[in-house]
Parts: sequence; structure tokens; C-alpha cells
Amino acid sequence: MTRDEILASLFPNGSDIEIANAILAGKATLPDGRPIHVLGITQGQNLGVDEAIVLAGHVIEIIGSQDQAPILILVDSASQRMSRRDELLGLSEYLAHLAKALLLAEAEGHRTVGLLYGGSAAGAFIATALSTGTLVALPGAHPAVMDLPSMARVTKLSIEVLKAKAEATPVFAPGLDNMVRTGGIQIVWDETAPLAPQLATVLAQPAGQDDRARLGTERGGRLKAAEIADRVVALATASHQGVQHG
Amino acid sequence: MTTVTADTGSLSWYEASARQRIDALVDAGSFQEFIGPELRETSPHLSIFDLPEQFDDGIVVGRSRLQGSPVLVAAQEGRFMGGAFGEVHGAKLTGLLRAACALHQDVLILFDTGGVRLQEANAGELAIAEIMRAVVEARRAGINVIGLIGGRAGCYGGGSLIAGTCSRLIVSEQGRISVSGPEVIETNRGIEEFDSRDRALVWRTMGGKHRYLIGGADLFVDDEALAFRQAAIDALRGKRGYDKAVLEAEQKRLERRLQRFGEAKDAVEIWQALGLDAPTEIPALPTDAFLRAAGKRENADDAR
Repeated sequence: MTRDEILASLFPNGSDIEIANAILAGKATLPDGRPIHVLGITQGQNLGVDEAIVLAGHVIEIIGSQDQAPILILVDSASQRMSRRDELLGLSEYLAHLAKALLLAEAEGHRTVGLLYGGSAAGAFIATALSTGTLVALPGAHPAVMDLPSMARVTKLSIEVLKAKAEATPVFAPGLDNMVRTGGIQIVWDETAPLAPQLATVLAQPAGQDDRARLGTERGGRLKAAEIADRVVALATASHQGVQHG
Repeated sequence: MTTVTADTGSLSWYEASARQRIDALVDAGSFQEFIGPELRETSPHLSIFDLPEQFDDGIVVGRSRLQGSPVLVAAQEGRFMGGAFGEVHGAKLTGLLRAACALHQDVLILFDTGGVRLQEANAGELAIAEIMRAVVEARRAGINVIGLIGGRAGCYGGGSLIAGTCSRLIVSEQGRISVSGPEVIETNRGIEEFDSRDRALVWRTMGGKHRYLIGGADLFVDDEALAFRQAAIDALRGKRGYDKAVLEAEQKRLERRLQRFGEAKDAVEIWQALGLDAPTEIPALPTDAFLRAAGKRENADDAR
């Protein structure tokens, strides 16, 4: 689905969204009449210092409005911008700042929902889609940490060998199914049905704990993460006596 | 485990292992590890690639004391898989941060990482996101999360994003902080964009001195364990909490950085714009002279 088809299907009552340099920002009305903020990075844009500061500024404005309305962030990006200038200026701080803004918005009562409908990779994926309370995707979305050719270069394995290994595990190879199975994406929406009710279902879920590792366990894609984290919590919070090892 | 504590004054943070760093950092004998190597919780994924495992998966987490006060500690081992975040590695840090909320104890993270471990890239990427969320939740609960950066592997990729969520960062000259590493930029954009073999360029673009000068780190220390220890004690006294005011202050700080330095082509131009005397001499200065010269630096002032 294209961005405009997605917006039309999500917001049949209309929306008021501006697009500047592939960054979306605006507001829409949900079918039940409540408002929702809409942000986005689109057109396969790289996320660099300039884009991140603009998006974070929008999130801060929303938090300042104190309207408690949810935020939907549409994501079709490339990776973080890999450039000398961005790193010289401290890109890690800008990406972390955007992530913190989204995380704080959720904590301050704005439900945050990411909608991955195109690509996203590496630091850009973390700072946008993966910093929302709930991440959903549309069929055809293609998240990645690193593309297979680059991965082949780093691991010194051929693409054919990597593809064969990827058949056996969802843990390393790019792609939507793998990110679903490891728990990063809660649900893949049905693009043949209207999106508005599917968004309403997500928004009806209360904000809660980070359940991605649990989902990864249930789906068989990430069997250790939840258990290890829980064990560390249990060991650390048990009384000091007799729990040096566990 | 105790061989290093007697001689912390001369322990190079850069050269030390994760366990040596912890022993030199916290009060002698106070460290207790959670899920230590004797439990052999190794990565379930490295064998797919015929790669060796390590019994602690390259990270040591536990409780300890610093000047008598309880503090939780995590240390990455840069010599195993470049300190990269895999599923087990990341989950140990996520658990430690959640425990910090339950116990209301501060956390020290000793970064030494190239970022996400590619052999388990999806699990590593999600671990980064889970850790960042856990850091923000801990900070909102009034817990200080301090990052210490000065290891061999630097603090790259997703590790640099986690560092960006910390309350305060302590860095040595050797501590490089960057999302994309030099080789990654060169591979993707060409040698004209970034020559990864130009070590001087790497250090002045990503190294600890530059990060400290632009406000990307809060405390600059010698490459010595005792210096990191003293800085950690100081950093833990910093302002607590994470709210809209901190977020807004950081927005202003980062906007100002783009306005002041956004056109600069090289770190030396930024140091010149900061008004430092003899900016070209900065890389050669020893710590005390550097700190004197850094008086006009951009200070994050808790806007982090």
C-alpha cells in the first residue's frame, strides 16, 4: 500500500497532515471522533541528525499539548544516515533523543503505535518503530538490521550460505516474518480490510510492560531473552543470602 | 578476581578485561555476579555459524558497592565478538535495569561494543530497544544510569544509542562513540566520505575528546581504572529523573549544536568555533592540559 492509500484507509474521516522532506506531521480524527497525532518518516529516507531533531521536536510539542491523544508514527525509512557529518555532530545523541521522546510520550499517557509499511534498518529502526509502545506492520514491510550482502561481507560467508542458514532460524536474517517471530512486531495487519478498525483494536489495548521478549518466546523466535532477563531480576531482588549464584 | 584490585592505579581501562574493570571500579570484594560463567548461559545462535561461544556471552552483570553504597554493574567484554549485543548478552542487561527499578539502585554500564551481533542480528536489535526502554523507565523512577566508555571496541551502533539514553557519560580519550563505524561509512559511501584507515580522522571525529568538547560526554578521564572510579562516584551525585523538562532541554541543546556546527567539515573547525586556543593541538594534549583547554566546551548540563 502507498502512504496515501494507508492514510485514507486509516482515517476515513480525513486528516490534516503535512509532508516536508519525507517527514510527516499532523493530526487526524479516529472513527469514534477522538483525535490522533500522526508522525512519520517516509519514502525510504535516511534518518540523520536533521530528520531526528525535527521528529523529536514534533513529539515534544505533542507531549506539551497534554491532550493524551495517541501518536501513530508511520515508518518507511532506510538506515541511519551513514555520513561523516552526522557522526561528527553526534548522531547517536540525536537518535537516542528521538527514541527517548517517543518513550516519554508513551509514559506520559500518549499511546504510541508504530506502523512499519516499508523499509527500516539499524539505528533508524531502533529510534522510530522500535521506540513505540506497540509496533505493527503491513505485508511487504521489510525491516533489517543489515542487508544480506553486507552481512555476507562481515561474516565472510556467501549469500547462498547465509540464506540456507536463515531457513533454520529467524534470529539473524532480514525480513518481516523474522521480526514478527522474534517478537519485535506485534501483528501484521490485513491490507485487504479497512485499517481503521485494526488501529482501533490496537488502541484499545492499554499501555503496558515491554512484552516483546515474551512474544519472541511464544512464537519460538527468541527463546532465551525473556527467561534470562527474568532470572537476573529474580536473583537481584532476592535477599542477599544464598543467592550469589543462580 | 582479586589480582587487580591491589594495583588499580596503573590499570589501563583500555587494556583491561571486563572483569578486571569491575574489580578495579567497585569496592574491593563487593561484586557478586548474576548468572556467572559457571552456569554456561551461552548464545544459542553462534553454533549455527561454527563460532566459539563464551560462558558469560561477553557481558558480566551483578551487584556491588561503590564507596559503600549499593550499585548494579554491567561490563561488556570487547574481546569476545567485539562486545556485541546478542540475545543472552542483551537480556542480562535488560534484566539488570529492570532489577534497578525494583531495588531502586543506580546502575553503571561499562560499554565496550561494536553494536549488534550480526549472527543474531534481530535478537540483538530488539535487545537494544528493550534496554533503551528499560533505561528510560529506570531514569523516570529516579535511578541514575551512568555509562563508562573507554574500551577497545569503543561504543558503536546500538551501543551508542543506549549510551545516548544514559543519565551521564564518562569517557576517556580512547572512548569512541558513533553509530556507524568508520569501515561501515567507508563501505557504504566511499573512501572520499570517510577513510577508515586514517586513524587521526577516526579519533577526532568519534573519539572521547571530541565527544566531551561538543557535550556528548559529561566527564573526561585518564585511561585509568581509578580515574573511572572517581568519575563514577561524581556522576552518581548528578541530577536524577527524566521528564519533559529534560527532554526539552536536550532538544534545545541539540538544535543549538546544529546551528553552531552544522556546516563544519571537520572536528578542528568545530573546536575553532568553540573558541579553543590552538584547536589543531587538541589531539596531542595530555588530560590535564586538555581539560584546561576545554573550558569553552559545550556542556550538556543535565540536558540528556
